[in-house]
Amino acid sequence: MRPEAAELPPEPEAAESPLVSIRDLRTYYSIRGSFADRLVGREAGVVRAVDGVSLDIRRGEVLGLVGESGSGKTTLGRTLLGLARATSGNVDFEGQEITRLPEREFRAVRRRMQVVFQDPHASLNPAMTIGQSVGHPFQIHGLERNRDRLRLRVSEMLERVGLAPAEAYLDKYPSDLSGGQKQRAVIARALILNPVMLVADEPVSMLDMSVRAKILELLLALKHDFDLTYLYITHDLATARFFCDRIAIMYLGRIVEIGPAAAIYADPKHPYTRALLRAIPEPDPERAVPRDLPRGEVPDAARPPLGCHFHPRCPNAFEPCGWESRDLRELLEARWARDAGREGVEEEEALFGDLSGLDVPSPEVRFPPPRGRRPDEIVAALERIRSEEPGEPFWKGVERLEAQDAHVRLDFHPPNDPRLERTGEVDVACHLYGSAPR
Amino acid sequence: MSVLQVRRLRVYYGTPAQPVRAVEDVSLEIGEREVVGLVGESGCGKSTLGRGILGLLPEGARADGEVLYGGRNLIGLSPKELRRLRGPDLGLVFQEPMTRLNPLSRISEHFRETLKQHESRLSDAEMRRRSLETLGRMGIPPTRFDQYPHEFSGGMRQRIMIALALVLRPKLLVADEPTTSLDVIVEGQILALLADLKRDFGTALLLITHNLGIVAESCDRIAVMYAGKIVEEGPVRDVFANPAHPYTRELLRSTISLETTELHSIPGAPPNLIDPPPGCRFHPRCPDAMRVCAQLEPVEKRFDQVRRVQCWLHGPESRVPAGGELPLEREAIGVADEA
Repeated sequence: MRPEAAELPPEPEAAESPLVSIRDLRTYYSIRGSFADRLVGREAGVVRAVDGVSLDIRRGEVLGLVGESGSGKTTLGRTLLGLARATSGNVDFEGQEITRLPEREFRAVRRRMQVVFQDPHASLNPAMTIGQSVGHPFQIHGLERNRDRLRLRVSEMLERVGLAPAEAYLDKYPSDLSGGQKQRAVIARALILNPVMLVADEPVSMLDMSVRAKILELLLALKHDFDLTYLYITHDLATARFFCDRIAIMYLGRIVEIGPAAAIYADPKHPYTRALLRAIPEPDPERAVPRDLPRGEVPDAARPPLGCHFHPRCPNAFEPCGWESRDLRELLEARWARDAGREGVEEEEALFGDLSGLDVPSPEVRFPPPRGRRPDEIVAALERIRSEEPGEPFWKGVERLEAQDAHVRLDFHPPNDPRLERTGEVDVACHLYGSAPR
Repeated sequence: MSVLQVRRLRVYYGTPAQPVRAVEDVSLEIGEREVVGLVGESGCGKSTLGRGILGLLPEGARADGEVLYGGRNLIGLSPKELRRLRGPDLGLVFQEPMTRLNPLSRISEHFRETLKQHESRLSDAEMRRRSLETLGRMGIPPTRFDQYPHEFSGGMRQRIMIALALVLRPKLLVADEPTTSLDVIVEGQILALLADLKRDFGTALLLITHNLGIVAESCDRIAVMYAGKIVEEGPVRDVFANPAHPYTRELLRSTISLETTELHSIPGAPPNLIDPPPGCRFHPRCPDAMRVCAQLEPVEKRFDQVRRVQCWLHGPESRVPAGGELPLEREAIGVADEA
């Protein structure tokens, strides 16, 4: 324990203000196009990994940041840690703006904010003993040069994370340890400088089920003993339930729901949150595999859907959610997949011809029929498809469908981005709630 | 009717002087259209058993015992004979789909090659129709038939791998952690597809997983493996409601799900399989261990046709030496002695 930190008298306002305050944070990655793309001057894309996130992390809480791969949750964590550069927006940590700090000055922040990653095997240098690894932060920051004192502090920390007696582990190499033991060593290293905050990015997901509970319990005990604040990044709402005071659900770079954990589990609002919860397998043979899961997967973050990013997969989507050209392509392809091999499907495919014109996102589709076909044939086919599946949310988004000149004209309701708004105890970004225009 | 019977199968790796006994005296039967879940911690031999069944063991592994399929013992068949069976009879789906697809071949070429190899008499049109139909059942549209593997997401690649196995209409599919690297919603989608295999394709499934939630929701029967042995087997409902082996019970308790009210873990770690503990291999970690458990291998107890367990708690008492039922005294397991 660092005495100077322990002796600081708590300031009343400081106790009230959040430890971390994130405002409209954006972290974009540019993707280099292929050589051919650059040759013809085609623009390389931008991945909006974090796309306008605002949230506070309160002192002493565990905030769960939950989402699937591609949600941007890991990038958000890396931006806080200074491992990814923010494109715009602010992060205040202990009252200091940290997104534009030069690397040298960021070191002081890292003493206060530490990280535990998913893969303990990759987090430890295989050529260093456990004692060296856990004591390494002292050397990096030049805080302890006396070997005996260093060894003593490392030993204390090892025993505190359950690697006891420390002598049995100090001189071992990572390859001598099991996955759970390695993760304990990584946690010891993260806590040895007595930080105030720990970013834990999937700390148990690579461990066997039989060990996960122990590592989670260790993290909770350490939080209590060391007065820590956690950002727990995970895809797993089941472990988050045990661990978190508040939960933020991320989807394609944005927070779609945030609130007290109890409220999120008892009454999830966003259809995406509901789907994530429903998908978790329960060890209960009376329950069958859920059949009503959202279709498809998280789309490419370089080309997110218009409007609400979740709308193409959402069972509750309706007019304002952002229906667009690509949704028509998906509708047709899902239909042809389902009926593949049946009579009439190839004819229908031929009628629509090449669908790549639909890949440019737009709420207004002008669709030229393939050679030898008339637009009214395609309109008739679409009307037939609509009548076969009237409950399909896609059709709610269609405002106008007609043959116009040599084209099929399909207009959708104008897309509308839902914003986070308070609904009961939580904030949710969904047109089903709040005052968003319908 | 059973599709496949495993009888007293052993699989050893490594040197004859210090063999790793990955599968030790395992018997298992898989019925037609049945979905059997094989569970256990990492390093318990479940993947080796799955591969052993299909004759896909790495070089240097030795197997004996019987794997009976269609009246023939697959153990001892030549690699060529095994290859002929693999595909049309026995299919396999791995955890990492990208490593199993050829990045330079279109999806259509993968299917054509597979069908040509095993069903060469099909016409090109028929091959195409069957490929598209199978892919479609897995949710892959015909418009993407000529694309390359890298153009698909992880979940779609796994769908393609499953379709590639199913296009030959195998009698049995072995799926080794097929959803482990996938997100939870996509995992659910794939499990729903696998659960429908018996209805849609008449295929039996051996599902290897560490996740008991998956077994509960998608399997008919469960086999629990520990340190190379199947320690308990039975219908999923019975085993989950009333686990007979302490290992099964502890595994169930340590599964974290939304219904979990209390965190629980199993002390210690699975043993190394070069020199496993004497007696019951679970005894050093077992909360119920008795003296006999450290001395003698447990005798298999059959409750009925479909339910069995290997644990001294279920007798037979006549084989327990005097004082053997007393609690086992042993050193405490350290906090960090874990997997």
